[in-house]
Amino acid sequence: MAVADSLSNNTADANHEMNPSDTFPMIDTIIEQYRDTGGALIPVLQSTQNLLGYLPKESLQYISRALKIPYSEVTGVVTFYSFFSTVPRGKHVIRVCLGTACYVRGGKDVLETFSRELGIKVGETSEDRQFSLEIGRCFGACGLAPVVMIDEDVHQRVKPTKIRELLVPYRNGEES
Amino acid sequence: MALRNYILVCGGTGCESAGADSIYKNLISECELQGVADEVQIIKTGCFGFCEQGPIVKILPEDSFYVQVKPEDAKELVSEHIVKGREVARLLYNKNESKKHAKVEDIEFYQKQFRIVLRNCGFINPENIDEYVAREGYAALEKVLFEMTPDDVINELKVAGLRGRGGAGFPSWMKWNFTKQVEDDVKYVVCNADEGDPGAYMDRSTLEGDPHSILEAMTIAGYTCGASKGYIYIRAEYPLAIKRLEIAMGQAREYGLLGEDILGSGFGFDIEIRLGAGAFVCGEETALLASIEGERGMPRPRPPFPAVKGLWGRPTVINNVETWANIPVILLKGGEWFSKIGTDDSKGTKVFALTGKIRNSGLVEVPMGTTLREIIFDIGGGIANGREFKAVQTGGPSGGVITKEHLDTPIDYGSLTGLGSMMGSGGMIVMDEDDCIVDVTKFYLGFSVDESCGKCSPCRIGGRSLYNLLDKITKGDGEMEDIDKMKEIGAAMKKASLCGLGQTAPNPILSTLHYFEKEYLAHIKDKRCPAGKCKELISYNILADKCIGCTACARKCPVDAIIGERRQLHRIDPDLCIKCGVCLETCKFGAVFVR
Ligand SMILES: Cc1cc2nc3c(=O)[nH]c(=O)nc-3n(C[C@H](O)[C@H](O)[C@H](O)COP(=O)(O)O)c2cc1C
Ligand code: FES
Repeated sequence: MAVADSLSNNTADANHEMNPSDTFPMIDTIIEQYRDTGGALIPVLQSTQNLLGYLPKESLQYISRALKIPYSEVTGVVTFYSFFSTVPRGKHVIRVCLGTACYVRGGKDVLETFSRELGIKVGETSEDRQFSLEIGRCFGACGLAPVVMIDEDVHQRVKPTKIRELLVPYRNGEES
Repeated sequence: MALRNYILVCGGTGCESAGADSIYKNLISECELQGVADEVQIIKTGCFGFCEQGPIVKILPEDSFYVQVKPEDAKELVSEHIVKGREVARLLYNKNESKKHAKVEDIEFYQKQFRIVLRNCGFINPENIDEYVAREGYAALEKVLFEMTPDDVINELKVAGLRGRGGAGFPSWMKWNFTKQVEDDVKYVVCNADEGDPGAYMDRSTLEGDPHSILEAMTIAGYTCGASKGYIYIRAEYPLAIKRLEIAMGQAREYGLLGEDILGSGFGFDIEIRLGAGAFVCGEETALLASIEGERGMPRPRPPFPAVKGLWGRPTVINNVETWANIPVILLKGGEWFSKIGTDDSKGTKVFALTGKIRNSGLVEVPMGTTLREIIFDIGGGIANGREFKAVQTGGPSGGVITKEHLDTPIDYGSLTGLGSMMGSGGMIVMDEDDCIVDVTKFYLGFSVDESCGKCSPCRIGGRSLYNLLDKITKGDGEMEDIDKMKEIGAAMKKASLCGLGQTAPNPILSTLHYFEKEYLAHIKDKRCPAGKCKELISYNILADKCIGCTACARKCPVDAIIGERRQLHRIDPDLCIKCGVCLETCKFGAVFVR
């Protein structure tokens, strides 16, 4: 599998409701791909999260057994990297850039407005599981700060007064 | 039929997110519709660097530079420029109103630049290896494999005087030489593409715009040091760069430029991509290697240095993206040529990501020794919105600020360190009078605290204490003794932390305390934020003589803190106000002000 594919955000929603053990054959396929790779744990976790949207406990236990790595070591790695999540995330992930360029051009106000508008704090998911709010550290579009990424879309020069408008298509489920 | 025009569309992340892909597609379909498809070639390139003005479209051979192009402009560009041969004036970049015409060489933004690293960005289609080859791509590799010994290569780098661009500025030839000298049948070459400095994107643009240059350079290092395997460790936040690297690797293998028996030389080398998983500390070389090995990205004590004992305990050459991008050019043009560019202390060029309150944000590559004034005012066009320049921050969370008095310092590794900042990876954030130095410093400390891996206590505990002191000061609860406390903790952290993160995390405080002590004192003694940023110390108010009672602010206020009838003076209730600034942004009459 190409690394770029493993990044795509098609975090299969339906899988949220799946019985974890049903996903084990898929995890087997992933592990098979990285069989000859040194340090396979992180790529396996990345691909699994892309498949399931998050890393349920059962999957981690399964990976630990399959790769013969102690469970404590697996969870150690999972908690260390902010990319990994052990709880389901919203259908849309909003990442507000708080890199320096965005910060000095008002990123913090943008973040506070999103938080108020959605009623959630950074790291949380709205009750209807539509949105998760996260912060990013520079998306490399600093010239057009402040920047917000919603799923794979980059929005530039975002203003607090325009945020409600920005969310409309995602709320209506047009851009999923 | 011969080609009449080349249309170059910027495909860097900035322009791409502003609709460059639709522009590209519309141009293709318009050329077909208008029957000129056979006469033009439309190419999606890497970043032009002039991100502020994106999306950018350049048309050759006229060299017309179109800015802020919209997808719907494609039709006119084709019907006017291509079909009728007339430039579309309204889309041309012309800062000088008198000069209608804006060729690339007329644009101040490019005049003082000198491009080695970014030589191909904006010129070639990064997804087509032939275009790289046409611009002397892989010629250095060929030369190295057939005409040079490993010692020749190292000697050339030594003559060039290239120093690492990832931050520390370590001479590259020495690193390569260490690895070469160690006897081991397994060695590795690693490219550090973790680009952690928040507010810097040089590496990203290089990878997106010229991925083959990195592959070529790593292969050269493999040959020189005796390694047959390379890794590129890249942030997961850079999907476009990852995609282009993968395409490039596929094409290079197809052409026999990567893999077994490269160009029939008998030398084999291959590269694998590894994605970061959101940990800044993994940009530190030993932590990065731990992460490739599948572990938590915790720094390991050095020595032993990776050059001797790195990945899986084997000798490993690790360099930054920008360092790599210099290598093929040095080997083609010679170390002698390279060493003539720059200063005594630092050779060659440096790419900076110029951002913040600057008029022309973007990527600039200048010879070492260029002054900050030239970069900020000549290339960057000065401060946006007519505000006053206050300071420029370099070196990210490990660096410091440089003030007006030092704008004429020629920049290189030594001079920036002398000013209490550092080169860092090349982020350059310009601040104006509306930016609060204490607040920005708190931002950097917050970043370092978040990203500390927690392995050593000086960094973990010291960083947290520094952050808390700054937080206290920005809230108006600071005391005079806090300044000495910060200096003490900072000094201890610098000495006792395990890796560069903790050792340099206090730098933003120490540097700003040195240059902006007054601003700290205003917060501590007068409970005042001169820039009007620190929320606990300011209030929003409405000017009686400017407010016309249009109700626009009251309607936008998210907490209904603004009271007033239509056509009557409005008032902000300080108890309800959350200081979000929406009213200030909304008011068209300049009636809202911050005190
Ligand atoms: C906390 C920390 C973060 C770092 N982040 C990066 C980074 O994002 N990119 C990078 O190239 N080097 C980074 N470095 C520097 C690397 O440790 C190392 O010096 C560099 O990869 C060497 O390559 P060079 O000699 O080509 O500069 C970082 C260092 C520290 C201490
Ligand atoms: S700081 Fe936000 S995109 Fe770079």
